[in-house]
Amino acid sequence: MTSKRHEEVGLTDAQVLEMYYYMLLARKIDERQWLLNRAGKVPFVISCQGQEAAQVGAAFALEKGKDYLCPYYRDLGLVLVFGQSARDCMLSAFAKAEDPNSGGRQMPGHFGGKKWNILTGSSPVTTQVPHAVGIALAGKMQKKDHVVYTSFGEGSSNQGDFHEGANFAGVHKLPVIFFCENNKYAISVPLKKQLGCESVADRAIGYGFPGVSVDGNDPIEVYRVTKEAVERARSGQGPTLIEAVMYRLVPHSSDDDDRTYRTREEVEEAKKKDPILVFGNYLKEVGLLDDAKEQELLSRVQKEVDEATDYAEQAPYPTPESTLTHVYGE
Amino acid sequence: MATKVLMPQLGESVTEGTITKWLVKVGDQVKKYDPLAEVSTDKVNAEVPSTVAGRVTEIVVPEGDTVAIGTLILYIEEEGGGADQPENTPAVNSADTSQQAKTVPAQAAEGRAAVSANLAANAAPAAAGQAVSGVGPDTNGQQAQRGKQRFSPAVMRLAQEHGIDLSRVQGTGMEGRVTRKDIQAIIDNGGQPAAAAPEAAPVVNTPVGVPASAAVGQSPQPVQAAAREVPAAAGDQIIPVTPIRKTIANRMVQSKHEAPHAWTMVEVDVTKLVAFRNQVKDEFKRKEGVNLTFLPFFIKAVVEALKEYPMINSTWAGDKIIVKKNINISIAVATEDALFVPVIKDADQKSILGIAKSIEDLAAKTRAGKLSVDDMSGGTFTVNNTGSFGSVLSMPIINSPQAAILSVESIVKRPVVIDDMIAVRSMVNLCLSLDHRVLDGLVCGRFLQSVKQKLEAIGPDTKLY
Amino acid sequence: MAVISFIDAITMAMREEMRRDPGVFVLGEDVGVRGGVFRATVGLIEEFGEERVIDTPLAESAIVGVGIGAAAYGMRPIAEIQFADFIMPAVNQIVSEAAKMRYRSNGDWTCPITIRAPFGGGVHGALYHSQSVEAMFTNVPGLKVVAPSTPYDAKGLLKAAIRDNDPVLFFEHKRCYRLIKGEVPEEDYVLPIGKADVKREGTDITVISYGLTLHFCLQAAEKLAQEGISAHVLDLRTLYPLDKEAIVEAASKTGKVLIVHEDNKEGGVGGEVAAIIAEHCLFDLDAPIKRLCGPDVPAMPYSPPMEKYFMLNPDKVLEAMRDLAHF
Repeated sequence: MTSKRHEEVGLTDAQVLEMYYYMLLARKIDERQWLLNRAGKVPFVISCQGQEAAQVGAAFALEKGKDYLCPYYRDLGLVLVFGQSARDCMLSAFAKAEDPNSGGRQMPGHFGGKKWNILTGSSPVTTQVPHAVGIALAGKMQKKDHVVYTSFGEGSSNQGDFHEGANFAGVHKLPVIFFCENNKYAISVPLKKQLGCESVADRAIGYGFPGVSVDGNDPIEVYRVTKEAVERARSGQGPTLIEAVMYRLVPHSSDDDDRTYRTREEVEEAKKKDPILVFGNYLKEVGLLDDAKEQELLSRVQKEVDEATDYAEQAPYPTPESTLTHVYGE
Repeated sequence: MATKVLMPQLGESVTEGTITKWLVKVGDQVKKYDPLAEVSTDKVNAEVPSTVAGRVTEIVVPEGDTVAIGTLILYIEEEGGGADQPENTPAVNSADTSQQAKTVPAQAAEGRAAVSANLAANAAPAAAGQAVSGVGPDTNGQQAQRGKQRFSPAVMRLAQEHGIDLSRVQGTGMEGRVTRKDIQAIIDNGGQPAAAAPEAAPVVNTPVGVPASAAVGQSPQPVQAAAREVPAAAGDQIIPVTPIRKTIANRMVQSKHEAPHAWTMVEVDVTKLVAFRNQVKDEFKRKEGVNLTFLPFFIKAVVEALKEYPMINSTWAGDKIIVKKNINISIAVATEDALFVPVIKDADQKSILGIAKSIEDLAAKTRAGKLSVDDMSGGTFTVNNTGSFGSVLSMPIINSPQAAILSVESIVKRPVVIDDMIAVRSMVNLCLSLDHRVLDGLVCGRFLQSVKQKLEAIGPDTKLY
Repeated sequence: MAVISFIDAITMAMREEMRRDPGVFVLGEDVGVRGGVFRATVGLIEEFGEERVIDTPLAESAIVGVGIGAAAYGMRPIAEIQFADFIMPAVNQIVSEAAKMRYRSNGDWTCPITIRAPFGGGVHGALYHSQSVEAMFTNVPGLKVVAPSTPYDAKGLLKAAIRDNDPVLFFEHKRCYRLIKGEVPEEDYVLPIGKADVKREGTDITVISYGLTLHFCLQAAEKLAQEGISAHVLDLRTLYPLDKEAIVEAASKTGKVLIVHEDNKEGGVGGEVAAIIAEHCLFDLDAPIKRLCGPDVPAMPYSPPMEKYFMLNPDKVLEAMRDLAHF
């Protein structure tokens, strides 16, 4: 039996099992959405597959109900931990009136919800980064101690809004965690065509705060570095940039075909390091999971996904006239 | 000549500056770029340098004073003197924009005084009535005509709502355009320009062979009809449409559009009329100096019949029909390029001689181009002598707003069956177009029968005087 | 009642709102110690401290984006863009984010930010310190675009903008800052965003404008009154959404409409105003709707004669008004 690494970073057995559950739930919701898309039932899917470990690991380091999220479109694992349900996600996929993100207005993946402290997001990438800085600034002005977590892809780390936001937060030592999910591709453009420097984490130094690179397939490591960043932020030491290195296991979206820009061999190789596989193995190694338990967990998740799909499919659409509401306040 | 130094604009949006300290005094020699004064503004504090070399001759603004940018602050007599340099604005040029907001140069007002005065007069309450002047020779001349060819949506709507005939409104706008205010003034005065205005409507007959004929007053105002793009082939001749032609076109369209035309015709045996007229015409000419044509007989018969059937002598007025008390007969008088419809006033009070004289008088005036507004106005029924150019059948367009028009065709000798025997008779067709809103076939039939009986009864007993 | 300048009315509005609501704060380039390059925020840092009057890094997208985040959280940020010309890097944040936050979250999140920007020329500012950029934002539902012309309106509308629960772009004509003075009450008042204001009653022609050119119209109207021409002058005040009712009423009153703005003509606010009039009161019109605007060139040149040519002035407005009156 290998050592329980999770205990070293302060995670309990129950917590790591819960982490695994969320990773699995995210993966199964995602897979279901692809099926629904290919069956012609939902128009669009944007995936979290391969990124669940980083998302869930980071989410466990944050304080639900207190800290704020400004996520990006792949953060399914993150928002599940923060309170969204499989049903919420399916309602969004089907663009139904009950979709808590947008009432069916936005594409799936555009998360939001005040009750979960998740700021509404958009499609132009990286715009959420300055928002996170703004929420942190507001918290500082109001003497609150919330931390703001914002995530984005490595492609987004090229955007002005990343640099402007990071610099602003660095100047004002704001409690922001800049979390880059480096999945190696900005749609089709590989990392080597995206960055002039070695890693995204290298960029932090220019803004006067630490940048850390971490194995994004390992939720425990991600938890550890994020926890440290949260503590720095909460204690007034300012922002941290975390680069979680991982691999996008599926095409960019349901409208993309990744065979045009990467080899199957490369993808197959990455699948060997699939975080769900790796983390499941770890849990088995430390004796927290066996085949029977795994099967039980899987069927629980599957049931959740099935029920969520049925519910969302049956749920009513928004009324056509509701197109006109919520332009301005009453 | 001394160079004027002005308060510079130190910074965008700044409009004034304060001289916090003079760094020179009168009599000082200054070099180019030597500081002259410390100036403070909302945005900056700065030293203002000289842009010329010379001697300070006068300090205009004392220390501590705040002045607008562009204000004269001191004089420098330039070295070498006499340089005719009027102003020196150090640093940023400022005079232009700082002053433009304040000044409204008067020159723009010049050259427009006439129009302005015109407009000003219009604005005065007393002028309201003037806008409703009758149709007369247009004092604004040719140019004025152009402005009247188009009406704004507001003018059209108001005119329609209040039944105002726009062709009778004298415009006060640019090039004589009828403005909304012109119409409003008419409405406010409860006035209808039509009351005093002549009806200078053209009459046109449609059969082939009838030249485009119309009657237009001297100054009825043309209305622009909707233009349509019609391609012209190579070699086609393009004739610009004159205002008169345009008026004719529009009045024709208007009449045909507004009044549902019905048409009927009777044949009249005028053998006795022809005989009688041939018998008396020479002596009539000698005694009265007037040609006795057939037309006065026809008009006389029409007038007598109108007295029997006054509905024919009426006009459609939207929610009512106005039956005219006076019987004024519009007649068609041709010139080379147009046809006019002067009016025989009170034709029911005239003998055949009187009618003949009126016709000759009006014809002469028409040919001389001397028809007055009065000659052109007030017609209640039109008689058109289409027979004069050989027509035997026509379908005239009603001279709006009258209710009917009668054309007298050529008198021709034809075999006619009388008492089962064939006889050669002088026959004439009388054609009547009627506004079916006002009139129906029955009354028109009776009217035509009456005209026919009166004409066929003419003979040696008929009174000419 | 004190007579103060346009810019002092702006400062007064911000100061009053910052006193009234601790959630109100100012951020932008040079807004703190310097008090703004135009001095609009002068004295604020002394009264409210650097936490609420924030000198930001030179990065417009962050100024607006950070403001948006704070606004979503519940603050009332006033972001200053130093010159409207420099708003371009922030357009994504304004149009994609601020304008759509309420709509895209189905009313869950709001964005009560005020973005102030000096616009317009006539101050030797050349291409990049003179632009009128309002038309870029008057096609963006979710935004409100305000452009006051008088100190009184500036104070009342800026206070309303700060209190508004939606994002407001607040354009201040920089030439008005110190040129235009007027009576401004010292007490608290707000003016309704979305309402135009009749600045002069008249019967012959209707002139619709905003910002600096509104004053040109008023000056020209004064002059024309001596010629017997009576001009009705409507100040739009809010450029989006437009006060359609007031526009139609003003246009119908005389049937002759001239729209005046410094921004270039094609695609400008005037086109929309004209469309509203054409749509709603064609049959009250007594003349073609006229527009007098800046020329359709990329921006205002530096050279004085060129700047003068570009800029409208009371003479140009007077002539256009007189022509229309005579039509």
